[in-house]
Amino acid sequence: MQTAVRARGGLRLEAHKERSTRDPIATAAPPAHAVLTLDQHAGERAVPIVAVGERVALGQPIARPSTLVSAWLHAPIAGEVVAIEPRPAANHGGAPALSIVIANDGSDARHRERAIEDFTALAPAELRQWIGRAGIVGLGGAGFPTVAKLASAAEREHLALLINGAECEPYISCDEMLMRERADEVVLGARILMHALEARECVIALEDNAPQAQQAMQAALTRAGDERLRLTQVAAIYPAGGERQLIAAVFGKEVPHDGLPRDIGVLCHNVATAAAVARWVARGEPLVSRIVTITGAGVAHARNLDVRIGTPIAQLIEECGGYTPRITRLLMGGTMMGAALATDEAAVIKTTNCIVAASARDLEPRQPEMPCIRCGNCAEVCPAFLLPQQLHLNAQALDLAGLERYGLMDCIECGCCDYVCPSQIPLVERFRQAKPHLAAHLRARAAAQAARQRYESRIARLQRLEAEQRQRLEEKRRLARRKDS
Amino acid sequence: MTELAAFVLLLTFAGAALFANRVAAKQAELVERARLIERIDRILPQTQCRRCTFAGCRPYATAIADGAADINQCPPGGDATAAALAALLGRAPKPVDPRFGTMPSIPMVAWIDEPACIGCTKCIQACPVDAIVGAPRHMHTVIAAECTGCELCIPPCPVDCIVMRPAHELVTETTHPSALLDAVAS
Ligand code: SF4
Ligand code: SF4
Ligand code: SF4
Ligand code: SF4
Ligand code: SF4
Repeated sequence: MQTAVRARGGLRLEAHKERSTRDPIATAAPPAHAVLTLDQHAGERAVPIVAVGERVALGQPIARPSTLVSAWLHAPIAGEVVAIEPRPAANHGGAPALSIVIANDGSDARHRERAIEDFTALAPAELRQWIGRAGIVGLGGAGFPTVAKLASAAEREHLALLINGAECEPYISCDEMLMRERADEVVLGARILMHALEARECVIALEDNAPQAQQAMQAALTRAGDERLRLTQVAAIYPAGGERQLIAAVFGKEVPHDGLPRDIGVLCHNVATAAAVARWVARGEPLVSRIVTITGAGVAHARNLDVRIGTPIAQLIEECGGYTPRITRLLMGGTMMGAALATDEAAVIKTTNCIVAASARDLEPRQPEMPCIRCGNCAEVCPAFLLPQQLHLNAQALDLAGLERYGLMDCIECGCCDYVCPSQIPLVERFRQAKPHLAAHLRARAAAQAARQRYESRIARLQRLEAEQRQRLEEKRRLARRKDS
Repeated sequence: MTELAAFVLLLTFAGAALFANRVAAKQAELVERARLIERIDRILPQTQCRRCTFAGCRPYATAIADGAADINQCPPGGDATAAALAALLGRAPKPVDPRFGTMPSIPMVAWIDEPACIGCTKCIQACPVDAIVGAPRHMHTVIAAECTGCELCIPPCPVDCIVMRPAHELVTETTHPSALLDAVAS
């Protein structure tokens, strides 16, 4: 099989996946209490549709989407809603956020949903709508509601679906294990998504360092016998799995920096997202569980667990034999793009792909920051073709015009620049902090331009109305004069 | 005789050339002025609130370009806008003159207490950016994401049912029409 390589940028990182891929995926015990944060995805938070004291069944909807860019939330266990209150939330680094808390009654009584035997019998629009009921969001980590992503590219002709199995973060292996053990689910999900999007082809991409996953996927594709789907490999150069980076490597086309993948006829979904779509459509199981990699030298037995959403992270660490004395930091996500967790009380959310109980070797403590020596290392590795050193200068001065000129919004926060900086400058952290300021500035500017346009068209309208009025008056006078004479 | 004719002809040509020259110069001046107005208008915040004493941002921009107004008359733009105008025009920066009014410390938008509205349409007529919708004798409402917070709709309302409320309460990122695309992009 051919391996696609991208032109520039990125890093070859030492992989640490073998630690967590020795054992097959195990199923974690359902939690005694499930805690479900209402804003655990991109977009607007969900609105509870259950009350405290209400009994719920496994898979029953408990919160509905508030807007088009929001998602359903389902009960991951059967039991009683015991609280709707702020609880430590993994997506806020452990700070409290409004959550629904369910006490487990141990029955796992199921809420029955319809399973669709032949998805091709549904019209694409109908299928998209049905997928929206499953509460699925981008499981690769971005957490964008899948139904909104589907809607954004619906009715585009000649669309290519890209299924992203390139798991480039060195410590994460949940997608690799999914492909190794549940390849048929991924392929079925991809075919369902193709039908929902009326896509003409589908490329499933994975990195060239996962031979077992590749074999399993190939076998599943052969079983499916659908010739519109094919497998491709990309070089394991971090961040190969970044959406734009992967599209460039697979299709040889860059997504315009101010555009979206659909603008070049591509829509990208993660392998786990595809598998979740398959489980919902074929078996009527909404998104109530996911695979999470528990790894790092700070945990006794690294492995992948199939976890109910809402399970406290502390419980997963217990299932993996507890912490070792070497633990120094707890992260959600990988070592490159993950975020620190202040507490292991926080619960697994839909986008929790990995928990790293990091030792000082996994995640070296930062040395004191030194001034930038303008070595240019950062620019060499930036996969988004930016100049991180210039961004850094402008971020320090909070020069919004400068940040815009140097393309801050195109930064994918991959951490490559940070990794190679000899001066130990926390570049990504600076960029993350500066982004909301620039985003607010850009929004305000767009709003002002829109206001200007509405103001001008209103003035034009008033002038036109006045002219018409005058003309009518004149006409009337003329008629009156004629009658007089 | 022919000499005289030639002379007259020469005079006519010279006159025409001179006239053409003047027209061209005048035209260049007009284009220059229009450009300047456009550049000033781009700096102004487009709140269209008339605090500057002109009928909107563009009329104020025109007045600045013609030397009929100072650069420190726009409270919504604040000192930053005054400084940007000073830089554009090569003048010394100065803070906004408080006599032209002050702004709330956080962005505000208008909100109509809908049950109280009698549907008189006065607010629609006042809104400079078409941010209010409604029909005669029916409830009116403000499209929060399009309201600039100019406050011009407040005085005309006969039943005082319009109040200014913090923008962050009423405009969320995803209620803004551009939000769907923003979110897909991230
Ligand atoms: S790698 Fe660090 S020191 Fe080198 S140019 Fe970039 S920011 Fe400066
Ligand atoms: S974090 Fe941003 S600036 Fe740094 S290498 Fe990645 S994309 Fe480039
Ligand atoms: S005061 Fe109001 S109308 Fe005048 S320029 Fe400023 S925002 Fe525009
Ligand atoms: S709704 Fe009122 S405050 Fe808002 S822009 Fe219109 S007139 Fe101004
Ligand atoms: S001016 Fe007041 S009463 Fe009249 S339509 Fe507007 S909000 Fe309603």
